[in-house]
Amino acid sequence: MTRLSQKEIAIGVAAILFLALAAMLPFVDQGYYLSLAVNITLYAALCTAWTLFSGPTHYVSLATAAFFGLGTYAVALWVDVLPFPLLVGFGAVAAGALAALVGVATLRLSGVYFVIFTLGLAELVRQIVTWAQGKFTTRMGLYVFTDLREMHIYWMLLALTALVFLTGWLINRSRLGFAMRIIGDDETVARHSGIDTAKAKIALFVISGAFIGIAGAICAPRYGYIQATTAFNPMTSFLVVIMALLGGTKRLWGPIVGVIPFVILMDFITVRFSNYMPIAMGLSFLAIVFLLPQGVTGRLEQVWNRLQSRRTAKPAAEKAA
Amino acid sequence: MTQILVTGILLSGTYALIALGLTLQYGVARIMNLANGETLVAGCFIAMWLFATLTINPVVGLLIIAPAAFAANWGIYRVALEPLVKRAKSRGQLEVDSILATFGLLFLFQGIMLLTFGGEYFNYTFLAQRFEILGSGYGLNRVVAFAAAVAIAVALYFFLYRTRHGTAMRAVAVDPKSANLVAIDVARTAAIAFALGGALTACGGALLSTFYTFNASMGVVFTMKALIIVIMGGVGDVRGAVLAALILGVAETAVASLIDPSLTLAATYTLFIVVLLFRPQGMFGRQTT
Repeated sequence: MTRLSQKEIAIGVAAILFLALAAMLPFVDQGYYLSLAVNITLYAALCTAWTLFSGPTHYVSLATAAFFGLGTYAVALWVDVLPFPLLVGFGAVAAGALAALVGVATLRLSGVYFVIFTLGLAELVRQIVTWAQGKFTTRMGLYVFTDLREMHIYWMLLALTALVFLTGWLINRSRLGFAMRIIGDDETVARHSGIDTAKAKIALFVISGAFIGIAGAICAPRYGYIQATTAFNPMTSFLVVIMALLGGTKRLWGPIVGVIPFVILMDFITVRFSNYMPIAMGLSFLAIVFLLPQGVTGRLEQVWNRLQSRRTAKPAAEKAA
Repeated sequence: MTQILVTGILLSGTYALIALGLTLQYGVARIMNLANGETLVAGCFIAMWLFATLTINPVVGLLIIAPAAFAANWGIYRVALEPLVKRAKSRGQLEVDSILATFGLLFLFQGIMLLTFGGEYFNYTFLAQRFEILGSGYGLNRVVAFAAAVAIAVALYFFLYRTRHGTAMRAVAVDPKSANLVAIDVARTAAIAFALGGALTACGGALLSTFYTFNASMGVVFTMKALIIVIMGGVGDVRGAVLAALILGVAETAVASLIDPSLTLAATYTLFIVVLLFRPQGMFGRQTT
């Protein structure tokens, strides 16, 4: 481990201050703005966890809803018999195990197989869970009654988001992160320099999946009544992809830039024009591909670099004159 | 047992058409078209509309649907996808871009169809008579749909393997760069292949609608099935796709009637996992480096 640089300490302090400030929100408002903030933190956690894996590898994962739903179901099935924190752990383990299975089956092959596999994964897990629930238990409707209120969920999601960021930062400093950067640049080079690419990818996918499972578990008390179609809603996967790519996945904080405006926009659309939601999502995907292939942060970085190079080019030109 | 086999085979005819459409689009035009299922659903709705308002027999309706789908998919390729092909620096980048762009098209078309038709399920009665095969009865509409699908697939096979244009298409599938060197207009061939793929899928949809209950948002499930068939058969491989469609159709029917109808996707995935673990290059594919 290298020592922290001055810049890193400054960023860390700023992040802690921001986190503390965000945590104060429930004392100001417990209605609309809190519920909006819960959605924003939820998607911030999901998108950042998604980017942990999909950012460096460029593999478009649509497994988010499957991991999320497993987390939700882990809580819903046993909330009456086991303590909540243990069940959150269950959610993480279940989602991580699923990620490992998917990873072993697909991550040794090219990216297309992975996308296709994850495309139907949420629906597959939903079918199996519903079938098993009907076969082996007598419970059809699942109620989750806890003492947790919306602000507790908000705090937990905030802590989870912070944890995802911390993990991402630690991975970046580790051998795994270094390996991932090489794989992202050129997989052949990575393989030739002795990196077990499949193993590295699977490890990262498991970490990412486990975090998404935790998010699902935390959200279970929020729904109260759990239905398979809401827990495994495939829209979650697509929304996460849109938001993360909109923000840009080159930096770990990129997705948040996409999450905040998009959650607000989504809130507006679902209230006023709920029928137009698929069209809005379709247009967002097309807009990202054609207008913002690097995301908002990628575009800003481009503009910044151009300004920088112009600034350095000018004095040089003057000197030459 | 024979009943499961026959039902599965009859179902696989339409699956094969859809998968052939996708394999042309991915194998030749290099576009992983995840909005393929929406073309299928559009085919279903147009066939129903032609039947309900103009009383056009769905099989005859193919003569209208196929050219319309060809033109529409040609337009989609030229406007939305060709810029991505030109911009892409590598195969991998085109793959990611085309996946995201066709997600966009998927939701756009699905949204438009949901607005027009709503979320309900539709079906209509066409040739709902008993037809006997090996002593048990099947819907005549299923048999007719299967026969039509076989006819279209055979025609496609002859086009690809017995004509100049078809040969050009296969050449582009193998290597676009070398195809260019022997005076094949790669861009044009790719556009035609994409459009042809769309037409095949729409025909599959029209035939499916004669015996299947459909709705505006079911496209993704069929895209999924078609993708799995394409991978099982090997990308760009016509015979492989037909055989894989047969296997999938029979496996689904077997699981639905022997275990539980709600587990058909699990059956599909089991096949998929087996293929990925043991023959990711497809049943007839050769190992690549």
